[in-house]
Amino acid sequence: MPIATSSTPLAKTIEISNLNFFYGKTQSLTNVNLDIHDKQVTAFIGPSGCGKSTLLRTLNRMYDLYPGQRAEGSIMYRGQNILEPGQDVNMLRAKVGMVFQKPTPFPMSIYDNIAFGVKLYEDLSKGAMDERVEWALKKAALWNEVKDKLTKSGLSLSGGQQQRLCIARGVAVKPDVLLLDEPTSALDPISTAKVEELISELKQDYTIAIVTHNMQQAARCSDFTAYMYLGEVVEFGVTDQLFMNPARKETQDYITGRFG
Amino acid sequence: MTDAVTNPAMNPVYRKRLLMHRFGIMLSVLAMAIGLGFLMWILGTLLVKGVGGLSLNMFIHDTPAPGTEGGGLRNAIVGSLMMVGLSTLVSTPIGILAGIYLAEFGEVNKLAQVTRFVTDIMLSAPSIVIGLFVYALYVANVNHFSGYAGTIALSLIAVPVVVRTTDNMLRLVPNSLLEAAFALGAPRWKVATMVRLRAVRAGVITGILLALARIAGETAPLLFTALNNQFFSADMNAPLANLPVVIYQFAMSPYDDWRALAWGGALLVTFSVLLLNILSRTVFSQKTPR
Repeated sequence: MPIATSSTPLAKTIEISNLNFFYGKTQSLTNVNLDIHDKQVTAFIGPSGCGKSTLLRTLNRMYDLYPGQRAEGSIMYRGQNILEPGQDVNMLRAKVGMVFQKPTPFPMSIYDNIAFGVKLYEDLSKGAMDERVEWALKKAALWNEVKDKLTKSGLSLSGGQQQRLCIARGVAVKPDVLLLDEPTSALDPISTAKVEELISELKQDYTIAIVTHNMQQAARCSDFTAYMYLGEVVEFGVTDQLFMNPARKETQDYITGRFG
Repeated sequence: MTDAVTNPAMNPVYRKRLLMHRFGIMLSVLAMAIGLGFLMWILGTLLVKGVGGLSLNMFIHDTPAPGTEGGGLRNAIVGSLMMVGLSTLVSTPIGILAGIYLAEFGEVNKLAQVTRFVTDIMLSAPSIVIGLFVYALYVANVNHFSGYAGTIALSLIAVPVVVRTTDNMLRLVPNSLLEAAFALGAPRWKVATMVRLRAVRAGVITGILLALARIAGETAPLLFTALNNQFFSADMNAPLANLPVVIYQFAMSPYDDWRALAWGGALLVTFSVLLLNILSRTVFSQKTPR
């Protein structure tokens, strides 16, 4: 696993500064500052309710769907503050894809599940679309299991297969960044291993941010890790550094299981 | 000690729970028996009394004039099919669109909340009021009863049923599914139609069938609008024969063969609706897995 060292500065894909987030009057993120680096995996760990999922949902402005939720501060992506009004949120989401905790296949065929997102922004011929669907399913290590039943409903797959279908769906639109919100928490160990393999493969092409409850998972597949507690980033750094030699006592307590 | 805990006969807490359980099941079965019993009674009576009137003649002859032998219900069947069919065609798109609007904007938008409230009132409005409404607004102005007037009245009854079921079904779709579609950068109208509506297709179609079943048997609104026609007519702009009104008039008549026709007509309406329901259920349960 290629480890980024401090001597080789990496390009920053997303720069978060002074981010505060509110659910109505409740503040759930306080003064978050961190950078997500290009073609690296950044993991967010911390106890339930610490704001890691909330942070992820600001990166594609998913919170916009719910009135009463708002974010302040700045999240720079491609030279623009995506929190500013007037941003094209649909375009942003096409570039910053997301995979959720529970598999959410659309009520349509396996093929159409993949094609749905692609059709939104690309006008492909039938042949090109077929290729894209195959490519995405191969990326998600699902092709061999579904190639003979692409017209079957996405809901007919098993839970692990559904989750990989959702990953394929997110990959198919060729985003810049993939946000993974506890993508393996509903999966069995074998499916989890497959998804983790997938993550290390996908980071060749994509910048990945992953929220996980599983510290081993963060240690195994990420390059950078942020430990969050009560809406604040307690410690952020190179994964190996954070796990082997944490700078903060709170981080040490959490990763050694004395807390959380 | 341990015996009292593990032996179900001796654990008092468990025994009480078991008793409650049996009592609950008994009440449920009783409730079901009362409901099903009356339904079976109605269907049984219909079958016994209606089968006699059921014959090929019913479909090829028109309603008889007083004092004449035989006759059938052809004009009424055709009239009912035309009005119910057209009402379904009119109310389905309106109902589904309004249902989508309510599900999408119902939480925040004042207009949507008012619409939902009015829909609920319309759902429970007596159908005779709707008949009178169409009579006053349309029939009284054009000065004649007509199939169109009947269609308007039936549509007014059907629309709220479709709106309410569509709205209810759409609101069952979990947010996570919608978020997944939004996360791909899909615009809201696409999420609403391609994902949300699609996820509850079967439920929405059930709503349409419910509405259809409801209007197929409505009599009161048609009395003031389509009225009746003793002769065969396919002119929607003239009084139109229809099954409910014919059943109503023939059932009250002094002639035995008319009453037999009324029973036959009632049987026909009931079992057509039943058949439609069963058919749609089997077709759609196959198409949607889970």
